[in-house]
Amino acid sequence: MRIVVLMKPVPDTTGQERLLPDGRVDRAASAAVVNANDEYAIEAALKLTEAAGGEVTLLAMAPANAPETMRKALAMGATRGVLVTDPALEGSCTLSTTRVLAAALRGLEYDLILAGADTSDGGGGIVAAGIATLLGLPYLSYAAKVEPADGRVRVHRISPTGYDILDAPLPALVVATQALGEPRYPSLKGIMAARSREIATRSLSDLGLDGSQVGGAVATTRLTGSRAPAAREATVVVREAPAEAARWVVDFLAARRII
Amino acid sequence: MDFALTSEQELLRSTVRTFAEREIAPRIGAYIETDAFPEPIVRGLADLGVFGLPFRAADGGSDGGMVAFAIALEEIACVDVSVAAIVFAHSSPATILAAYGSDEQRRRWLVPLAEGSLIGAIGLTEPSGGSDAAAVRTTARAEPADDGGSWVLNGGKTFITNTGTPLPGIAVIVARVPSGGLAAFVVPDGTPGYRVGRPLHKIGWRAATTCEVFLDDCRVPAGHLVGREGDGLRQALTAITFGRVCVGAIATGLARGAWEQAVAYGRARRTFGRPVTDRQSIAFGLAELATRIDAGRLLTWRAAALADRGAPFRAEASMAKLFATRTAVDAAETAIQVHGAYGVSREYPVAKMLGDAKVLQIIEGTSEIQLLLLARLLGISDGDE
Ligand SMILES: Cc1cc2nc3c(=O)[nH]c(=O)nc-3n(C[C@H](O)[C@H](O)[C@H](O)COP(=O)(O)OP(=O)(O)OC[C@H]3O[C@@H](n4cnc5c(N)ncnc54)[C@H](O)[C@@H]3O)c2cc1C
Repeated sequence: MRIVVLMKPVPDTTGQERLLPDGRVDRAASAAVVNANDEYAIEAALKLTEAAGGEVTLLAMAPANAPETMRKALAMGATRGVLVTDPALEGSCTLSTTRVLAAALRGLEYDLILAGADTSDGGGGIVAAGIATLLGLPYLSYAAKVEPADGRVRVHRISPTGYDILDAPLPALVVATQALGEPRYPSLKGIMAARSREIATRSLSDLGLDGSQVGGAVATTRLTGSRAPAAREATVVVREAPAEAARWVVDFLAARRII
Repeated sequence: MDFALTSEQELLRSTVRTFAEREIAPRIGAYIETDAFPEPIVRGLADLGVFGLPFRAADGGSDGGMVAFAIALEEIACVDVSVAAIVFAHSSPATILAAYGSDEQRRRWLVPLAEGSLIGAIGLTEPSGGSDAAAVRTTARAEPADDGGSWVLNGGKTFITNTGTPLPGIAVIVARVPSGGLAAFVVPDGTPGYRVGRPLHKIGWRAATTCEVFLDDCRVPAGHLVGREGDGLRQALTAITFGRVCVGAIATGLARGAWEQAVAYGRARRTFGRPVTDRQSIAFGLAELATRIDAGRLLTWRAAALADRGAPFRAEASMAKLFATRTAVDAAETAIQVHGAYGVSREYPVAKMLGDAKVLQIIEGTSEIQLLLLARLLGISDGDE
C-alpha cells in the first residue's frame, strides 16, 4: 500500500505566536512543528503500512525550511518527503494550496491519501476536500477507523450520533482524526537517521504551474483583520474532597443554566 | 566556534523532553516511594531508542555519540534522576563491550543492550571500597578444557546498579586474574554461582535498583572474558571516563529541573505582599545558579564533543563531573529552601532532589577523586600516596 500523507509545518502553539503587520502569522518568529492533526494521519499511515507493507510519502507545501519539520515525521517512520516550495507561493489562499497539492499528487503514485482534519494555524479544514474534488477521488472524512482491503477502503466516519460506515474504491482520500490513535514518538534511531531519508523539493515550474495561476498574487481570499482572543476569565480551582467538589461543580453549572 | 545544536539534536531534545514530561513525570512518584524499578518506563525508553543512542548502528545503536546521549540524559534527569541513572548505569557495560568486545560479544550482548531488551550493570565496587578501583579483591581463575575452558569467579560486589531488576540482565564483573592484573567478564543473570542480594535502600536514585552481588565459584565460558586478561582496569577506566560525561549531563538536568521548579514556585509564592522571587537574596541566588547550570552544561558538552571526535577528554570529563554535580547539590538545596516546608514534603518533586544529587557526587569517582585526578592530569602534584 502506497500512502501519501499531507502534512503542514505550523507555528508551535506552545510558543508565542506573532502576527505580521498584514495580519498573517509570522512564521519566522516561532519554531515550526508538524500540525498536530496531521500526526494522527501519519500514525494511521504507519500502522497501515506496518500491517500490510508499503511506504509512506509525506507531502507538504511550505517555506524552504520545512525539511527540518518534515524530519520529525520521517523519524516516526515515513519513507520519504516531498516538499513543494516556491517564493511565489507566499500568501497563497486555500484554493491555491489545493491546486498546488493536487498538482503535486498527480506526480506521485499512491493508493491512499491521508490528511489531518484541519491545521492549527489556518484552520480552514477544506483543503483535503478540495484536493479530492480536483483529483476526482472519493472523499471519506472524519475517520475513526480506516480498513483498506481488496482495492477498496472502508471508513468509520464520526457522525453526531455514532459512526457512518463508508466504503469506496481506491485510490481515495481519507481525513484522519484523533480516534485513529495517539501518534508515536519519533524513534531516536529514526531521528539520527532522518537526514539520510530523501526529501525531494518541487518548485511551481516542476509541477507545471506558474505564479499567474497560484500563490499570493492571485489569492481569492483576503485577510481583512485579525485580533487576539479575549483573555480568559480567572480560573476557579475546586480543592474540596471529591464528593464536596462534585456538589460545588454541579451547583456552579446549574447556577449558569448549563445543566 | 558554534554552540548551536544540529537539527537532529534539537529534535532529539524535544522528543526526549516530551517523553519525560508525559511518560515519566506523572508515573515515577509511586516507584520512588516504594523503591521499585520502573519497568514500564524503562521499556518505553527502550522503544524510544535511548539505550542505543551513543553506540554504533552496526552494534544496534543509532550513531548519536556522546553529545546526543548527554542531551537525552539531561532531559530525563530534569524530570527524574533515578530513571536517568538506570540509563547511565546501563551504558557502562555497553561502553566496555563497544570498545573492547569481540564481534561475537558485541553481537550477543551489545546489540540487545543497545536495543534495551537486555539490561546492563557494571560490577566494580566492592564492600572494601570503591575509590581505589585497582584494589579489587574478587578473583577469577582460568580452567582450561577442550571446549575452550571457563573462568571461575569468587568474591563479591556492592552498590551495583541495574542488578536485581525484573528484566533479563548481564553484569560486567571486574576481577583479579592470577597474573595480578584485572579482567572484565560478562556474567548473565542465571549463571551458576552468581547471586544478586536484596536491593539497598538509598536516599537518592530510589527507583534505580542497586544490589550486592555474590560470586561463589561462579563459572562463565572462556568467551565471556572481554578483551585480554590484564586489561580490566583500563576497560573500567574507559567506561568510568565516559560515565563522568553522563553524570555531568544528569547533574545538569537535575539542577535545571530544580531551578525551574524553584522559579515557578517562587514567582507564585507571595510573602509580605510580594512574590518571594522579588527578594534580591532569592533572585540573585537563582540567577547565579542559572549561570552555573549553563557552565556545567558547556563543560559536559565539551567533554562529550571531544569524546565523539576521538580526542583525549579525561581532564575535561572530570571537570564537567566535579562542577556539574556540585551545582546539582546546590540547586537541589536552593530549590528546597525556596519551597519552604513544601520543599521537604514528599509530594513535591524537589524533595527527592537532594538525595539524588548527593549520589552524583559519589559515583563514577567521588568529587575528591576528581580533584586528585585533576591535580595529576594538570601537573599540579603526583598525588599524596
Ligand atoms: C547509588 C549508587 C549506585 C552505585 N552504582 C554502582 C555500580 O553500578 N557499579 C559499581 O561498581 N559501583 C557503584 N557504586 C559505587 C560507587 O562507585 C562508589 O561508592 C564510589 O566509587 C566511592 O567508593 P566508596 O563508596 O567505597 O567510598 P570510599 O572509596 O570508601 O571513599 C570514602 C570517602 O573518602 C574519600 N576518599 C577516598 N580516597 C580518597 C583520596 N585518595 N583522597 C581524598 N579523599 C579520598 C572519598 O571521596 C569519600 O568521600 C554506586 C554507588 C551508589 C551510592
